[in-house]
Amino acid sequence: MKIIINLPNFSISILLLLLALSFLLTSSFAFQSDELLVDDEEFGLEGAPRTNPDVGSTVPTKPSQPARRKSPEFSSGSDLDSKVQFTLEHAFGDSDFSPAGTFTARLKNSPHTGQTLTKLRFSRTDFTDADKENFKKLLEADDFYRIRIPSNLLTPPGGDYVISSVKARCLPRHGLDEHIVIHMDGVNVLAVNYGSQGACQYPRNLKFPKRWLFNSHTILKGGEQAPRTPVFSEEIVGGENGEGEGVAPPERSFWAKYWMYLLPLGLIVMNAITQAMNMPEEQQGGGQAGSQMQQRGQSAAARRR
Amino acid sequence: MAMAIRARVLLLFAVFFSFSYLTFSLYQDQVSLMDWHQQYIGKVKHAVFHTQKAGRKRVVVSTEENVIASLDLRHGEIFWRHVLGANDTIDEIDIAIGKYVITLSSGGNILRAWNLPDGQMVWESILPGSTASRSILSIPTNLRVGKDDLIFVYGSGNLYAFSSIDGEVLWKKDLASEGIDVQQLIHPHGSNTVYALGFIGSLHFGTFEINVKNGELLKHDKVAFSGGFCGDISFLKSDIAVALDSTRSVLVTIQFKEGEISFQQAHISDIVPDSSGVAAILPSKLTEMVAVKVKKSIIFIKLTNEGKFVVMEKVDHTAIVSASLSISESEQSVALIQRRDSKIQLTVKLVSDWSSNLIKETIEMDCQRGLAHKIFLNNYIRTDRSSGFRALIVMEDHSLILVQQGKIVWSREDGLASITDVTTSELPVEKDGVSVAKVEHSLFEWLKGHVLKLKGTLMLATPDDVAAIQRLRLQSSEKNKMTRDHNGFRKLIIVLTRAGKLFALHTGDGRIVWSVLLNSLRKSETCEAPNVLKLQQWQVPHHHAMDENPSIFVLGRCGPSIDAPGVYSIVDAYTGKELNSLGPFHSISQVIPLPYTDTKEQRLHLLIDAEWRAHLYPRSSEALAIFQRELGNTYWYSVEADNGILRGHAAKENCVLQVPDEYCFDTRDLWSIVFPSESEKIIGTATRKLNEVVHTQAKLLADQDVMYKYISKNLLFVVTVAPKAAGDIGSVTPDESWLVVYLVDTITGRILHRMTHYGSQGPVHVVFSENWVVYHYFNLRAHRYEMSVIEIYDQSRADNKDVLKLILGKHNLTSPISSYSRPEAVTKQQSYFFTHSVKTIATTSTAKGITSKQLLIGTVGDQVLALDKRFLDPRRTLNPTQAEKEEGIIPLTDSLPVIPQSYITHALKVEGLRGIVTVPAKLESTTLVFAHGVDLFFIRLAPSKTYDSLTEDFSYALLLLTIVALVVAIFVTWILSERKELQEKWR
Repeated sequence: MKIIINLPNFSISILLLLLALSFLLTSSFAFQSDELLVDDEEFGLEGAPRTNPDVGSTVPTKPSQPARRKSPEFSSGSDLDSKVQFTLEHAFGDSDFSPAGTFTARLKNSPHTGQTLTKLRFSRTDFTDADKENFKKLLEADDFYRIRIPSNLLTPPGGDYVISSVKARCLPRHGLDEHIVIHMDGVNVLAVNYGSQGACQYPRNLKFPKRWLFNSHTILKGGEQAPRTPVFSEEIVGGENGEGEGVAPPERSFWAKYWMYLLPLGLIVMNAITQAMNMPEEQQGGGQAGSQMQQRGQSAAARRR
Repeated sequence: MAMAIRARVLLLFAVFFSFSYLTFSLYQDQVSLMDWHQQYIGKVKHAVFHTQKAGRKRVVVSTEENVIASLDLRHGEIFWRHVLGANDTIDEIDIAIGKYVITLSSGGNILRAWNLPDGQMVWESILPGSTASRSILSIPTNLRVGKDDLIFVYGSGNLYAFSSIDGEVLWKKDLASEGIDVQQLIHPHGSNTVYALGFIGSLHFGTFEINVKNGELLKHDKVAFSGGFCGDISFLKSDIAVALDSTRSVLVTIQFKEGEISFQQAHISDIVPDSSGVAAILPSKLTEMVAVKVKKSIIFIKLTNEGKFVVMEKVDHTAIVSASLSISESEQSVALIQRRDSKIQLTVKLVSDWSSNLIKETIEMDCQRGLAHKIFLNNYIRTDRSSGFRALIVMEDHSLILVQQGKIVWSREDGLASITDVTTSELPVEKDGVSVAKVEHSLFEWLKGHVLKLKGTLMLATPDDVAAIQRLRLQSSEKNKMTRDHNGFRKLIIVLTRAGKLFALHTGDGRIVWSVLLNSLRKSETCEAPNVLKLQQWQVPHHHAMDENPSIFVLGRCGPSIDAPGVYSIVDAYTGKELNSLGPFHSISQVIPLPYTDTKEQRLHLLIDAEWRAHLYPRSSEALAIFQRELGNTYWYSVEADNGILRGHAAKENCVLQVPDEYCFDTRDLWSIVFPSESEKIIGTATRKLNEVVHTQAKLLADQDVMYKYISKNLLFVVTVAPKAAGDIGSVTPDESWLVVYLVDTITGRILHRMTHYGSQGPVHVVFSENWVVYHYFNLRAHRYEMSVIEIYDQSRADNKDVLKLILGKHNLTSPISSYSRPEAVTKQQSYFFTHSVKTIATTSTAKGITSKQLLIGTVGDQVLALDKRFLDPRRTLNPTQAEKEEGIIPLTDSLPVIPQSYITHALKVEGLRGIVTVPAKLESTTLVFAHGVDLFFIRLAPSKTYDSLTEDFSYALLLLTIVALVVAIFVTWILSERKELQEKWR
């Protein structure tokens, strides 16, 4: 793990000049740095092939930028940003860990959230020939490819590491796809998740990558805050005071309100009518069977209603 | 009008609620139809007999479960009982002025008086102070100051005198400032002084003479002893004590006549020839003699009036000695228990005449009770005016036995008050063919039963016979049969107690079917301090259910630390026979049941030792072959709560040891999550139950939309708290306290969800089921308890809604799910206030997982509350739409309702509630709930009513009668109408 904090070593005059120059040009930049890190910040990085195995030099840093940020006139109060650099180490199966890439990020101080990391950039070191051989062995054995990063980015190395691993056969696709999610709590790394982009189902087929190039995606994740428990006591009181205010139930039709009374009433009425209709017929009923049959049919129909 | 409508709505709601909760509320006559309740007290520590007066003879006991109880000396029943809090350990009990039970608890900080007949608390006094010291309760007889009888209490370094009438502190004397570690309070008969005696440092012995009237220090003396004291001391008389020196080889006689202290020493090897080595004085309160334990024997030594030590007897070290009991003015008696094979021998001797025995009885003892641990002696006057003795014996399995006249009068299985783990087993399948021996046996029983019943009907039965008939009836009733039933209501609940005893309880009535004290979990030379660990199902036969018995895997460890060697036993679940046992072997830090079984249907288990090596059980080549095949797919995780690290592991090739062991596998770390020690501390984890069944993976929403549940067996819920806030509620301000909850995939170590509750504090109680987690904690800002729910859904399968895709087969529903694929999980959460503090939470589980779930909440009042999961739905809104209402979403409220009818324990209490276990019955609607603590409680529960069966009180006869009547009516009307038609035709 390496942390580079560039202290202001420019003279004030140069600094002011630079400031004047860069103020207009990078004003949007400065604005962005004040942004509160609330949600996931995703920085998809093209896995640009870099043949230089030296980790430290792969990070192109403009000397003017950190200096500008360091200047006490510019940074208001506690907003003291610095650069943090830490290495990603990898291991093949049970081998020892060796450096495999570098993360650079900006450390941001804010009075509300404490120190946070923003603008994570990752430069991946390509596999050496020995690494390729090791990786091929892993693929054949369906073994684990493991990575780790230090759990605390500010303390010197020697502390705990957060480890993650993936079955090597999950990585090869077109090139080597990797997806790194770093869970942060302030400046502490809680966990890192390492895996491929897409699905990786068992049984995993043996497949060698066509190009030995990494296609890396890194995500920095913070925590979420739990929603507050709703409190309703006041609303209920208010609702009781202002009667029929807003929350009055929608006006229903007469039928919808009183169907339960109307229905039996209707039945009774209908029953009474049929009874009344039957009575006179029976009174005048002659001795003819035919008419009686007809009558029975009628009454049955009425009953069926 | 508006009032009327509201009233009607209210009425409707009332009707609705009364319907939906009808399930849990019981009628009075339904109590104990589907449930049973058993009361226990735990392992007895102290016992005080109260037999002087006529009336009910009783014994007052205090136990290791912090219970104080008054037991009926005739039958062993509980007259009254109080369970003190978990931290309120009872130090001493005694009886004052013949009507109050006095308890001193919490390390000498709380003194309480309970009314002896009914157990009502009379008074309570708090003794402030935090100095750790021995706590002594001394109730002198006939010491009256004014109208008060005095109680002396030494606790937290202070000597107090209490009034026994109202518990008022009469005076207080600080003795800790004098540097004395008080060992005994002595009040010589008839005097006005009380002596506090004890060691000052390791070199001095001191006496403090204090006026009983006002606590004035009259005299104090301390004398140094060059040899130093080791702390063991025994008080023989009111003015003589015997202590051991710092080398534990010299007995020192301390005399303190009239405040003058003098020492006399005698080597133990001089008193007892051929006894060398370290000695210890037994803590039993003996008078005029001292019991010394040297190597493997106990030696009773008497101090003669001339100050000489005389050996009276030498017994084996397994013998148990009672405190001495005065049977008359000058006579003291002592009881001894020695083991004779399967019997125990009880001897009661006079201290003055050791050679003759007052009583010598051998009692047949069930070998499953183990050795005797404690004995309390009591005497009574026999009918022939001679004195008889009864003894209360505490056994190794924590059971309590009363012995009188060489017989066991009653026994209590109080080991069941300290259950550590629970599992269940099916009962045997009912077999058609029964062996001849069984028939003969049952023929006799059958005849006896019929004779009894005949007696009963002819009114000739004695009360005992009536009881026997009752018992027979119960046994033959459907729910208590010893065979498997169609609905799966009858099961065996197998429990492991802290004493290392296994019990099998029948779910029908809670009776003990068998019990076994496991030899592997008993104290032995190879295993000094056995601890029980876990209970697992070892073999559950399905294919051979007719001829093979299920078995149980019991694990223990020899010592409290995690690297202590482990032991295991395999026990037959039907008979309780120990089939196999092993140990001590490697340490056990984790037990992982694997999802594989061998051809004998034995489940494969991995035991992880303290060095992270995995050991495979059973040790058979077949199991090994199965495991080798699945080696690459075996993962597990570990939680290091002290370091704040979660780790994921996988097995590797065989481990490299001096002795090759092909069942041992090395492991490697796959992932780790490190919680920053300055801001987070792990206080709880939860996973889903391994055997949980989920019926549907999709949740259909009101708008015909589908959400897929994220269902994974490898989800771990972790709660961390700010290290400052790890203490009690209210010890920190809300700004300093937060809870962070995590959902972690245990295969890859992926954090699926992380959420912070600011201003909240533990303790956290969690239940995790299907795709949801419910947890309970304290909200410091709102000053209330809260329950939160998190539901997790799988977004990656959300596009499987297209019917066309389903038809064309372009969906990914059937594709296997891999932890290595990147999940797209979304969570929904919501918090609600909850009035109660909680002891434990569980959830109902049913056979197929169709029935809606209920949360079973063990409340602080030791009751179990059933709360519908619907109340803890994160999708509840203030004004649910009509469609949402149809889906069953309840309008959002800020707190969860506690409906009195939904206490499944109805009027009962499960004192000291520790755990709730739910087991599915075969009938989908029903779940079996077993709650354990000091008490046991079992109930059959139907969270959505018994929709798949008729109720038990359903009248089949009425149904049949109705059908018959209808058929008859049809025929009658048919004949009638035929006849009428005929008549009409003839007309």
